[in-house]
Amino acid sequence: MKYLKAWMAGVALTTAAALPVQADDPIKIGIVTTLTTPAAVIGEDVKKAFELAYEHMGGQMNGTPVELVFEDDGFRPEVGKQATDKLVKQDGVDIVTGYIWSHVLLASARSVTEADKIIVSANAGPSQLAGKRCHPNFFNVSWQNDQTPMALGEVLNQRGVKSVYLMAPNYAAGKNMVSGVERTFQGDVVGTDLTKWGKDAQLDFSAELAKARASGAQALWAFYPGKAGGAFIKQFTDAGLGDQMELYTVFTVDALSLPRLQAGGLDGVLGSLATMTWSPDLDTPENAKFVADFRAKHGAYPSFYAAQAYDALFFIKGAVEAAGGIEDVDAVRAAMRATTSLPTRGAVTFGPNNFPIQNLYLRETIVDADGNWTTKIVGTVYEAHQDPYAAECAN
Amino acid sequence: MDLALFVTQTLNGLQLGVLLFLVAAGLTLIFGIMDFINLAHGAFYMLGAYFCGTVLALTDSFLLGLLIALPLTAAAGYIAEVTIARSLYTRDHLDHVLATFGLILVLDTAVHWFWGAEGMAVPSPSWLSGQVGLFGAELPTYRVAIVAVGLMVAAGLYLMVAHTRLGMLIRAGAANRTMVQALGIDIQKLFAVVFAIGAAMAGLAGMMIAPITEASIGMGNEIIIVAFVVIIIGGIGSIKGAFIGALIVGVIDTMGRSYLDQLLKLVMSEQFAETAAPALSAMLIYIIMAAILVVRPQGLFPPRTR
Repeated sequence: MKYLKAWMAGVALTTAAALPVQADDPIKIGIVTTLTTPAAVIGEDVKKAFELAYEHMGGQMNGTPVELVFEDDGFRPEVGKQATDKLVKQDGVDIVTGYIWSHVLLASARSVTEADKIIVSANAGPSQLAGKRCHPNFFNVSWQNDQTPMALGEVLNQRGVKSVYLMAPNYAAGKNMVSGVERTFQGDVVGTDLTKWGKDAQLDFSAELAKARASGAQALWAFYPGKAGGAFIKQFTDAGLGDQMELYTVFTVDALSLPRLQAGGLDGVLGSLATMTWSPDLDTPENAKFVADFRAKHGAYPSFYAAQAYDALFFIKGAVEAAGGIEDVDAVRAAMRATTSLPTRGAVTFGPNNFPIQNLYLRETIVDADGNWTTKIVGTVYEAHQDPYAAECAN
Repeated sequence: MDLALFVTQTLNGLQLGVLLFLVAAGLTLIFGIMDFINLAHGAFYMLGAYFCGTVLALTDSFLLGLLIALPLTAAAGYIAEVTIARSLYTRDHLDHVLATFGLILVLDTAVHWFWGAEGMAVPSPSWLSGQVGLFGAELPTYRVAIVAVGLMVAAGLYLMVAHTRLGMLIRAGAANRTMVQALGIDIQKLFAVVFAIGAAMAGLAGMMIAPITEASIGMGNEIIIVAFVVIIIGGIGSIKGAFIGALIVGVIDTMGRSYLDQLLKLVMSEQFAETAAPALSAMLIYIIMAAILVVRPQGLFPPRTR
């Protein structure tokens, strides 16, 4: 009995000693991504990466436990805004991140910034939020939409392409992508097609591909994220266009579409070129660890969406630790601005509009040593590139 | 005008048209005969694609996929009729909409649960790969095959409706349901059969489109709205109307996507035309529908008597 009492007292004491840490509110991080509709294939990859980052940081930032709250945007701006409102007002999260889609982010950002909380986009980078509508509390850890296509336009110039036909979905990011290519490409844009997007997106591109063929353009440039990418590549190949036009893409040939293209035997995509800020083979120690652990856990290469999600959580962690906690929003914001690297990409700094200044690479679709289709960096198009809207931001 | 491009776009329009017809035919029969609004009709389009894709993955034969998936989709339609639709015929349209909308959510989630969110890549049959030449245009063989199959099904459906006893009952049911019942026909059995046939046709459309766009959750919801436009244009309950309406919608939608920007450039600045054309071509079929409703509120080919 005596021993038991002593033991219980001991337990009580250690519990009491442990209490101050335990009693700390966890850092709650809200994540808005797409978990339903076919676009959920991206959201699920993003979720896996957030969870892997959470594991890698031992579930804590600055000694405080972290809680991740996932919400679905249903691929629709109004649903994404509701989800954001719920996270901010009902769940009382400290920071909101995620956001795959520009139109969803544009509808949602104010719900967070007006509550004087910080929002970190892990993918969407619409021009509006980089320029006139920039906000001190809005951060982006991926890229501004125009940057990747601008780099691609540069690649087209370098490779002596004289005329190009453009195809993209008709929504905020699609228009940014088109304007990005037009910004740097010096040859002729002989035609542009913006196709229906959203919940009832157009997936049969027969009419547009026929126009592209008839236009006689030397190259076809396309932006079709998610499952539309696979459908686009397949129809491009089936229509026999591969013999007539060179194919260049942004955000279309990725770790989500490649295994499916491989399964379908559409080897026309091998060797195709795209520009991107990241690739699984990008040489940083953290990236190697991320890619290896992701592949070990899920049996597939992570997509760039996943890499950016991983970066987003570590970006928040870095700022929280530099600021000594999440409570002081001003300190966290200043620490985020002062960030100089992201785990999967290495050196990255942030401009006045809180968008990253980073390298853009040319990646080629290849077969890896194990026979899987993936991408490999074959050149650097821009070093420490800043988006063209930063000057419009009055932050 | 570039003839090769025009031929290609006409084929693309026809291909969209016959797929729309396969979906709309079942929809218009179910709506016309049973006075039942089946929002979940598109779900059979999706199920057909997934069934076919699964069989194809197991057997490596697209034809076998079609042959096995067709009766499976018909069975799914039959089950839906017996378990859900049957008890709703006497209720009003709002109840139909609510129940079948619920059915969409259930089936979409079931597919998500069973096959995953990523959709299913369905390889096109190798014997239909490649292109055929026609008037200087290179047409993908597979799309030509879709048009051929769609037209054959349309012809078969016409023969059935016009020249068989089942077809006579269907026509009679569309014209006057109560009278058919009064003449001693087991109307419940007729309804179940029509539901199953409609589901199978929608499923066939899904099976044929899957190699082009892949099978995905919610693919039926994309086509069902347009299918409703088709049956409203064609006249509710009329198969002929569904056929002509589908071809009109398919060709107009495709032509709008192909030529509208060039047409607009004739009357407005290039930059404005490039912005307006995609928005306008997305609305085009609805504008046509509204115009037809103004002139003929009952649609182009309404069934003769109601």
